[in-house]
Amino acid sequence: MSEHSERAAGIGDTVPGDAEGDHPGSIAIYTTGLVFALLLTGASFVVSQTNLLWGPGVPAGLAVLAIAQMGVHLVFFLHISTGADNTNNVVALAFGVLIVALIVSGTFWIMAHLNGNMIPASAIMEMSH
Amino acid sequence: MSAHAATLERPGERGLSAAGPASVRIVVGYGFWIFLLSDIIMFSALFATYAVLHEQTAGGPSGRELFALRHVAIETLSLLFSSYTCGLALLAVARRQMRAFYLCAGLTFVLGATFLGLELAEFAGLISRGAGPSRSAFLSAFFALVGLHGAHVTVGLIWLTFMVAQTAYRGPRDFVRRRLLCFSLFWHALDIIWVALLTLVYLMGAR
Repeated sequence: MSEHSERAAGIGDTVPGDAEGDHPGSIAIYTTGLVFALLLTGASFVVSQTNLLWGPGVPAGLAVLAIAQMGVHLVFFLHISTGADNTNNVVALAFGVLIVALIVSGTFWIMAHLNGNMIPASAIMEMSH
Repeated sequence: MSAHAATLERPGERGLSAAGPASVRIVVGYGFWIFLLSDIIMFSALFATYAVLHEQTAGGPSGRELFALRHVAIETLSLLFSSYTCGLALLAVARRQMRAFYLCAGLTFVLGATFLGLELAEFAGLISRGAGPSRSAFLSAFFALVGLHGAHVTVGLIWLTFMVAQTAYRGPRDFVRRRLLCFSLFWHALDIIWVALLTLVYLMGAR
């Protein structure tokens, strides 16, 4: 964190946020993120198109690769970090992930039960006669 | 410096209560981040809908017959590289390297437009083959989910055009750079949604 050490040493003597070039990234960080993302995307295509993974395990493998790539994007492109000025972002992200998990898993749960309790279409036809 | 670094409290990173008000850039980024999370929650509802409906083809074509993965791979690459050039554009404007900024922003626009063109071509191809959104529940969910992402990319391209014009007109001032920061967050978030879309819809659907 060169910005912090500069501020502590009194070199970057400016209001935080107005500092010259205060963008939290660098070309090296973006390039690292791009390389990781390309590798993970390539791996996803390979896993889905070949028999490298055991057939029934492919969806799980793809899910793992996708979640890993989302993590790469969050860290290297969106600069979500563990820094002190990032705490609120991380808490908001955790809340967002909770809501997304509730919506997706709740939908599956409810729709699976509805399917199980549905009257077959043939029974409805008979009832109307 | 090294003596301080060993202790728990580093000089630049005191506790939140002792640090004073956050800089405008951090507050703006936080507010926009909350909007992005709400956008992602909206997408999650459509993802759940698609996951429930993707086998309800009503006797029509399934994803296995419809999806062309080579096409999708080019879409993925153009969106990923546009995310990269968008990040580089932000770095360039932070360093006041205006020529590099316009170059990277232009590349971002071209790559984003390539993605959008490929997606529209795919939609037109599907509709002309009788696989439009009214064909089956699967295709309704597909067009809603992928179409909403495409609509976001369209909005992003319009926003990018305005931001380049504003940067040219007002110069790389603080408020312009904060807006550019918000745009880059938006653009990177679209890439995250595309990763989920690619995996759930195309890679799992084409198997």
